Amino acid sequence: MPLNTLTLARKAVLAGTALLLTAVLPAHAAWDLNLPRGVTSTSREVFDLHMLALWVCTVIGIVVFAVMIYALLKFRKSKGAVAAKFTHSTTAEVIWTILPTLVLIFLAYESAPALIRIEDTRNSEMTIRITGYQWKWQYEYVGQNVSFFSTLAQTSNEARQLDSGLDPHQVENYLLEVDRPLVVPVGTKIRYLLTSNDVNHAWWVIDLAVKRDAIPGYINEGWFTIDEPGIYRGQCAELCGKDHGFMPVVVEALPKAEFDAWLASQQAPAT
Amino acid sequence: MAHTQDKYYVPHGTRWPVFASIGLAITFVGAAQLLNGSSTLPVILAGTAMVLFVVFRWFAEVVHESESGAYNSQVDRSFRQGMIWFIMSEVMFFACFFGALLYARQLALPWLGGIGSETVTHSVLWPDFISSWPSNGPARIGGDFEYMGPWGIPALNTAILLTSGVTLTIAHHALKDNRRGILALFLAITVALGIAFMGFQVYEYSHAYSELNLKLSTGIYGSTFFMLTGFHGLHVTIGAIMLSVMLVRVLRGHFTPTRHFAFEATAWYWHFVDVVWLGLFIFVYWL
Amino acid sequence: MTTITQGHAAQDHAHDSHGPARGLSRWLFTTNHKDIGTLYLLFALVMLFVGGGMALVIRAELFQPGLQFVNPEFFNQMTTMHALIMVFGMIMPAFVGFANWMIPMMIGAPDMALPRLNNWSFWILPFAGTILLSTLFMDGGGPAAGWTLYPPLVLQSGNSLAFAIFAVHLLGMSSILGAINIIVTVMNMRAPGMTLLKMPMFVWTWLITAYLLILVMPVLAGGVTMLLTDRFFGTSFFQAAGGGDPVLFQHIFWFFGHPEVYIIILPSFGIISQIIPTFSRKPLFGYSSMVYATAGIAFLSCIVWAHHMFTVGMPLAGQMFFMMSTMLIAIPTAVKVFNWTATMWRGSLSFETPMLFAIAFLFLFSIGGFSGVMMAIAPVDFQYHDTYFIVAHFHYVLVPGALFAAIGGAYFWLPKWTGHMYDETLGKIHFWLSAVGVNLTFFPQHFLGLAGMPRRIPDYATQFADWNAVSSVGAFLFGFSQLMFVYIVVKCIRGGKQATAQVWDNPEGLEWTVPSPAPYHTFDEAPLIK
Ligand code: HEA
Ligand code: HEA
Ligand code: CUA
Ligand SMILES: [Cu+2]
Repeated sequence: MPLNTLTLARKAVLAGTALLLTAVLPAHAAWDLNLPRGVTSTSREVFDLHMLALWVCTVIGIVVFAVMIYALLKFRKSKGAVAAKFTHSTTAEVIWTILPTLVLIFLAYESAPALIRIEDTRNSEMTIRITGYQWKWQYEYVGQNVSFFSTLAQTSNEARQLDSGLDPHQVENYLLEVDRPLVVPVGTKIRYLLTSNDVNHAWWVIDLAVKRDAIPGYINEGWFTIDEPGIYRGQCAELCGKDHGFMPVVVEALPKAEFDAWLASQQAPAT
Repeated sequence: MAHTQDKYYVPHGTRWPVFASIGLAITFVGAAQLLNGSSTLPVILAGTAMVLFVVFRWFAEVVHESESGAYNSQVDRSFRQGMIWFIMSEVMFFACFFGALLYARQLALPWLGGIGSETVTHSVLWPDFISSWPSNGPARIGGDFEYMGPWGIPALNTAILLTSGVTLTIAHHALKDNRRGILALFLAITVALGIAFMGFQVYEYSHAYSELNLKLSTGIYGSTFFMLTGFHGLHVTIGAIMLSVMLVRVLRGHFTPTRHFAFEATAWYWHFVDVVWLGLFIFVYWL
Repeated sequence: MTTITQGHAAQDHAHDSHGPARGLSRWLFTTNHKDIGTLYLLFALVMLFVGGGMALVIRAELFQPGLQFVNPEFFNQMTTMHALIMVFGMIMPAFVGFANWMIPMMIGAPDMALPRLNNWSFWILPFAGTILLSTLFMDGGGPAAGWTLYPPLVLQSGNSLAFAIFAVHLLGMSSILGAINIIVTVMNMRAPGMTLLKMPMFVWTWLITAYLLILVMPVLAGGVTMLLTDRFFGTSFFQAAGGGDPVLFQHIFWFFGHPEVYIIILPSFGIISQIIPTFSRKPLFGYSSMVYATAGIAFLSCIVWAHHMFTVGMPLAGQMFFMMSTMLIAIPTAVKVFNWTATMWRGSLSFETPMLFAIAFLFLFSIGGFSGVMMAIAPVDFQYHDTYFIVAHFHYVLVPGALFAAIGGAYFWLPKWTGHMYDETLGKIHFWLSAVGVNLTFFPQHFLGLAGMPRRIPDYATQFADWNAVSSVGAFLFGFSQLMFVYIVVKCIRGGKQATAQVWDNPEGLEWTVPSPAPYHTFDEAPLIK
C-alpha cells in the first residue's frame, strides 16, 4: 500500500473510532475514570501511591513511546533510510538497566511504609467480626451482643433476575444496596476480624481502601478509621459461586453519639 | 560434533501415540465417572489395558530398532537427556507434596494453634487446639489415631531400598565389564528387593488402617502421609516393572558394555525413587 | 550472527524421497515436525474461536446492566472455560506449534529429537480439550470457580470437577512432553557450528520456556490432585478443620501460575525478536543481553507468585518480599523493550503486516506491563485486586501481547510454510481492525476497575454501564475481525504470489535458506554454520 493511502486509512480509522465512541456513549452518567480518594487515612495514602505509580508509568511511557514513534517516523525505508550496522552498546545497555532499577527502588521505598501501617492493628477501639456466607455477610459487634446478617436489597434482587423486565437504571443503588448496613462510628479505629462460613469471599469497600479475603477456618484482621459520616458501598471481591455478584457491602458511618444511640437501640430489643 | 554426523534416525509414522491418547482418555473418563458414582470400573480397566498394550508395543518397536542398530550416538544422547528431564519433572511433582507438608507443619498448624505472632485465628476460632505434629487438625478429622514411627518397617524399608541401589550399581558395573552372570544375578536381587519393599509397604498400610486408625482421611497428617508414601509406592512399582523388563532383556542377551541406554535410564529412575524415599523417611516418618 | 556456507544438502538417501503419507493417517500418525506444527497451529486456531466465542458470551451479557442472556451459574462457567481454553488450549499450543515448525529449521536439524513423542504430545490435546469442553453439558455444568480453581469453591462443582482435573492432568502431560522434546532438540540437534550463542532468539526463548514448563507443570498436577483427593477421598489439604489451609492451594496454583504467564510471553518475545530485526534490516540489538534478560525473567518468575495473593492475609514480611521481587521483573523486561527499540533505531523500516503486529506488541505489551508494575505495589493492589483493572492488565499482555505475537509470527512465516505470499492489503486491514478493536475492548476496563467494578460478575451497578458498553462493542469488533485472519490464511494456503526462499528482504536465519514452501524434510544433512 502506498504511504499516503495508508496514512489516510489510519486517519479514517481514528475518525471512525471517535465517531463510534461518541455514538455508543449516551450522554447520561458520570465518567468514573479513577480511584476515589476515599474517606480514611489509608485510602488517601493508597490513592497518593496509586497516583504516584500512575504518573511514573505515564512519564516512562511517554518517553519510551516517543522514542519509538520517532524511530518509526524517521527511519523508514520508504524515506530512503539506510540501516546502520551497530549491534550493541554496553554503555547504553548499562544505563537503561540502571535507570528502571532506580525508579523501582523509589517506588518500593515510597510504598513500604504504607504497607506497614495498613498491617498495624494495635490500639483499636472497637472490634467487629465479619463472616462471609454464600451469599450474605454477618456482622457481629464483639462484646456488644449485637449481631445481624446483611443481604442484597429486595429491589435489586427482583430487578437482577434473568428477564425480570425491570430496568436496573430505575433501581436506586442497583446491586449496591443491602437490607441492613454495617453501622460504625466515625473517628474510631475499628478492627475487623474476617472469616467465612463456607467458601472464600472478600470484603471490599473502595472508599475505605479495605479489601481482605474471608477464608473459612482462618481469621484475617485489619482496621479502618472513617473520617466523614456517610454511606460507603462495596462488593464481595472473591468469586464465591453463582451469586458472587450479588453480595454487596454497605457501611454507614455515623457521628459517635448517633452511633452509640443506634447501638443501644439494637441491644435493647435484641432479646 | 566434529565430523559430519551420520544420519539421525527419524522414525516414520507411528500409530502408538494416538492409541495411547485414546487409551488415556478412556481411562480418565472412566475414572471420573467412577468418582462421580457410576460403576465404570470396566471402562477404566479397558482403557488401562489399551495403554499398557500400546506402551508394550511402542517400547518393543524401540527396542527392536535399537537392537538392530538404527540408533547412532546422537539418538542415544537424545534419549538420555529426555529421560533426565522427565525425571526432573517427577522431582517437581514430589516437591509439590513435600511443599504441602512443609506448609502445613511450618505455617498452617502454628497459625491454627496460636504459635508465633499471628494468633487471632487460634484465639477466636480454635481456642482449644494445641498445635503439634502429627496432627489431624483442630476438628480432629478422622478421630484418634496413632502415627507411624520411623523405626521398624520404615527403617527396614530404607535399608532395603538403599541396598537395592547398591545391588543395581553392582549390576551396572557388571554390565560395563561384560560379566553377564553377575549382571543378571544382581539385577534379579534388585527386583526382589523392590518387591520386598512393596510387600512391607502394603503390610504397613493395612496395619495403619486396621490398627492405628490412620487413614487417608486422618486430617492433614493422614493426607500428607498417604499421598507422599502412596505416590512413592506407585513409583516403586513402576520402577520394579522397568527393572523386570531390563532383566528379561538381559536374559535375552540385549545390551552391550558400551550401549545400554534403557538399562541406565531404569537405573536413574530407581535411584530417583531411592532419593525420594530418603526424603520421605526424614520428613514424613522421622522429623 | 550466523553465516551459512552451505544450504540444505543434496537429498540422496532413500529415506528422503518419502513424502507425507496420504489421507487422514498422515495427520494421525505423523512424526514430521512440520505436520505436527501444523496440527498444533490449527488446533490453536479452532480453540481461539471456541474460547473467543465464550468471551463474546461474557461481553454480550455485560453489554448492559441486568441479566439478559445467561444465568449467573452459566456466566461463571463461561469465565472459567474461556480462560482455561484460551490459556491451555489456544495460546500455549500455538507457541508449541511455532516451536515445532521453526526450531528444527532454525538450528539446522532434520526434525525434532523425539518425533514419536512429539506426535503424542500433540494428540493428547484434542482428547483433553474434548473432555474439558464436555463438562459444559454435564449435570451441574462445567467448572465455574474461575480458571484459578480455588478451593473450597471449586469443590462445590458438580460432576465436572473430576473431568476438569483429569483434563488438566492431560494438558499438563502434553506440555511436559513437548517441553522435554524441545530441550532435547535444542541441546542435541544443533547443526555443527550452531553454538548456543548463535541460536536465533526464538530458539533461546523457547529453550528457557521449556525449562520453566518442566519446573512448574508438575506442581500444578500435584495441586489439582490434592483437590481431587480432598473432594473424593476425605483428605484435608485445603481444609482448616483437618489442619490444612485453603490458601495452600493458592500458593501451589500461583507457583505454577505466575511462571505460566511467562511461559506464554517468552515465546512471544522470541517471535518479536525475529520480526523486528527483519523489517528494520538490522541485526537484533544487544543479542546477549536479550538472552540474559530472558533467563533473568524466567528465574524471577519463580519467586514472585504471591503477588496474586496480597489480600489473603500473608504476614507482612511475605508481602514485602513479593512486592519487591515482582518489581524486579520489570528490569529485564525493560531491557528487552529498550533493545527492540534500539534495533529499530537507525534501521531501514518497512511496515508489512508482521511488523505492524510487532510494533503494536511493543506499545500495548508495555501498557500491560505498566499496569503490572502498579499492581506489584502491595498496598495499592488491595484496591486493584479482583477488579477489572486486573482484567485489563492481563488482557493487554495476553491479547495484544501474546496473541498479537502469534498472529504476527503466523504472517511472518506463512510464506515459508505455504510457499505463497498472503494478501498484504487484507493483512493490513486485519491489523488495523484488530488494533482498534483490542484497545476499545480492554482500555476502558482500566477505568471500570479503578471505579470499583469487581471481576467475575455477570451483572453490575449502573455507573459501570457506559464503559462496559464500549468494551463489548470493541470485543465484537475484535472477535469478528479474526474471521478475516482465517480467510487470509485459507487464501494463502490455496494460492497467491509465489514466495521466494528468502521471502523478506535479506532476513537472517537458516529457515530462509530452504525453499518456500519448506520441503517435507529439511536438513537431512546438517548445514555448516560458521
Ligand atoms: C503474558 C502474561 C503476563 C505478563 C507478561 C505479565 C506481566 C506482569 N504482571 Fe501480570 N498477570 C497476568 C499475566 C501476565 N502478567 C495474568 C493472567 C494475571 C491475572 C491472573 C488471574 O488472577 O486470573 C496477572 C496478574 C498480575 C498481578 C496480580 C494482581 C491481582 O490479582 O491483584 C500482578 C501483581 O503484581 C501482576 C504483575 C505483573 C508484572 C509486574 C509484570 C511484569 O512482567 C511486567 C513488566 C513489563 C513492563 C514494566 C513494561 C516494559 C518496561 C518498560 C517500558 C520500561 C521500564 C518500566 C518501569 C520502570 C515501570 N500481574
Ligand atoms: C490467552 C488468553 C486470553 C485471551 C486471548 C482472551 C481473550 C479475550 N478475553 Fe479473556 N480472559 C483470560 C484469558 C484470555 N482472554 C483469562 C485468564 C481470564 C480470567 C478468567 C477468570 O477470571 O477465571 C479472562 C477473563 C475475561 C473476562 C472477565 C470475565 C469475568 O471476570 O467475569 C472478559 C470480559 O470482558 C474477557 C474478555 C475477553 C475478550 C473479549 C477476548 C477477545 O480477545 C476474544 C476475541 C474473540 C475471538 C477471537 C473469537 C471470535 C468469535 C467469533 C467471531 C464467533 C464466531 C464463532 C465461530 C465461527 C465458531 N476475558
Ligand atoms: Cu462472596 Cu464473592
Ligand atoms: Cu503473576
